[in-house]
Amino acid sequence: MTIAVVKPGFLTTFQDAGRAGLAHLGVGRAGAFDEPALRIANALCGNPGNAAALEITLRGPTLHFHAQTWIAVTGAPIPVNIDDTDQPMWAPLAVPAGARIALGAVRSGCRSYLAVRGGFDVAPVLGSRSTDVNARLGPFNGRALQSGDELPTPRSEPAKLDRTAPPWRVDPRPWFAGAGQERLRLMPGTHVDRLAKTSNKLLFSRDFHVHPDSNRVGLRLTGPRLEWETLGEMVSEGCVPGLLQLPPSGQPIAFGPECPVSGGYPRIGQIAAVDMPRLAQLRPGDALRFSPCTFEDALRMLRERERALATLENTIRHRLNGTLES
Amino acid sequence: MTADFSIEPLAEDAMLLRFGEGIDPATNARVHAAARALRDARLPGVIDVAPAYATLLLRFDPLTWSSDGAQAPHERLFMAAKKLLIEATAEFAGAGTSVTPRAVDIPVCYGGEFGPDLDAVAAQARIAPDEVVARHVGAEYSVAMLGFAPGFPYLLGLDPTLHLPRRATPRTRVAAGSVAIGGAQTGIYPRELPGGWHLLGRTPLTLFDPNREQPCSLAPGDRVRFRAIDAVEFARLADHGA
Repeated sequence: MTIAVVKPGFLTTFQDAGRAGLAHLGVGRAGAFDEPALRIANALCGNPGNAAALEITLRGPTLHFHAQTWIAVTGAPIPVNIDDTDQPMWAPLAVPAGARIALGAVRSGCRSYLAVRGGFDVAPVLGSRSTDVNARLGPFNGRALQSGDELPTPRSEPAKLDRTAPPWRVDPRPWFAGAGQERLRLMPGTHVDRLAKTSNKLLFSRDFHVHPDSNRVGLRLTGPRLEWETLGEMVSEGCVPGLLQLPPSGQPIAFGPECPVSGGYPRIGQIAAVDMPRLAQLRPGDALRFSPCTFEDALRMLRERERALATLENTIRHRLNGTLES
Repeated sequence: MTADFSIEPLAEDAMLLRFGEGIDPATNARVHAAARALRDARLPGVIDVAPAYATLLLRFDPLTWSSDGAQAPHERLFMAAKKLLIEATAEFAGAGTSVTPRAVDIPVCYGGEFGPDLDAVAAQARIAPDEVVARHVGAEYSVAMLGFAPGFPYLLGLDPTLHLPRRATPRTRVAAGSVAIGGAQTGIYPRELPGGWHLLGRTPLTLFDPNREQPCSLAPGDRVRFRAIDAVEFARLADHGA
């Protein structure tokens, strides 16, 4: 069975938990930028959290469903329309055979996620179904969706949503911060002590803005020019998503999931993993500020988030069981 | 002295082990030895072991390396890695052997449409184009690291007369298989990519193919030699699906 792409949207790609363990071959992780949103969308479809879903950027696709199934949309607020009827996000949505689903423009934030019951059945590349546009890896040769693409979904479909059951949805508030000035917590980077004193102050006291030339590789930030006190020549070293590096321009770059596995610019800091979904939801022009954070605090917050997410996934699983036709 | 290194935490789930600074073959060899030992040990929860010139990236599951005590997962993994590498070093010394790196032969068609910068490089280096080729094939290289793009090898061992600054304006498209030099290094573009290095020639080999069981023809630590071939041989090897 397939789902036909009528309109692809601005940049729509397959994303799962990403490609692990291939950094030594120069292959990066990719994967969903807003990982909790992916996991919740999957949970709402009764899928494992790491199943492949669509990551939608700024403007959503229009899809034609040949067969009956159900879907869920999470992440940045976006209009969801099934056969000319508006539908809620963060909820399991029944899709009749032949339905046309139109997702509009993202209202605030940047990235939404559409999961389908059973996940997308595209062939994994190097162990993942994630599209890495920058490295040209993944389903459809690593490109974004185009009109006319047929997206494969699993054949067997025993469970159906009970359309007479009362509707319910997940409270999105803990999982989407909403518009406004974001505060991202930053762990100290290897070279942060070598920032000029004034630059160190500016880093944590001034607004930065997201430059239009930003994508899943990284967000270019504009703001006060940051300068190094002393810094020798650097050679390429390992990089990971969330890294805040400072090129000679004095304007930092925050790495996203498609970042290179190595790079030669000095490291100011590392955005706490729990704040990566906030980074994912910043769009060009949005403002952000950094606040300092320790590795211990970042780890504690990550453990707390993982617990909350696991609890939510369990709750969804139970509710879903009560919403299925027997 | 593989076990002599320091730790630089990167993220909740990542850190660098630092063996030195700069681009130095001896330091890089220690990074590769450590990478091999850590890979072979299959430490639980370790996801990535990725060598660069002077550092080794470890990515790991922080929950596997957490404890109730005050010690951070980075410290615990660092101590485990240190213990392991001290043992591995002693074992190597005791056996009196070291691992022989894999040797890989790369056929290259130099100059012309295959290497549009060969003449310019010769002029800049003040030697004949044939001499550039002779010096490029005359050296043995080691794969310091893979990066920039999937399967792109950074090779150490370039003849010092060929150390040139990168092109002032990078090309937006460099053909797949292009063999190039930049600074003190040579490299091979595994696929069509943008690039600022000087193009000396092209290999018909496919260095990266995600659908192969071994997606990369080269691995960090491999030894590499280039072999000059003509356009006929290039076409033959390319047809072969090499």
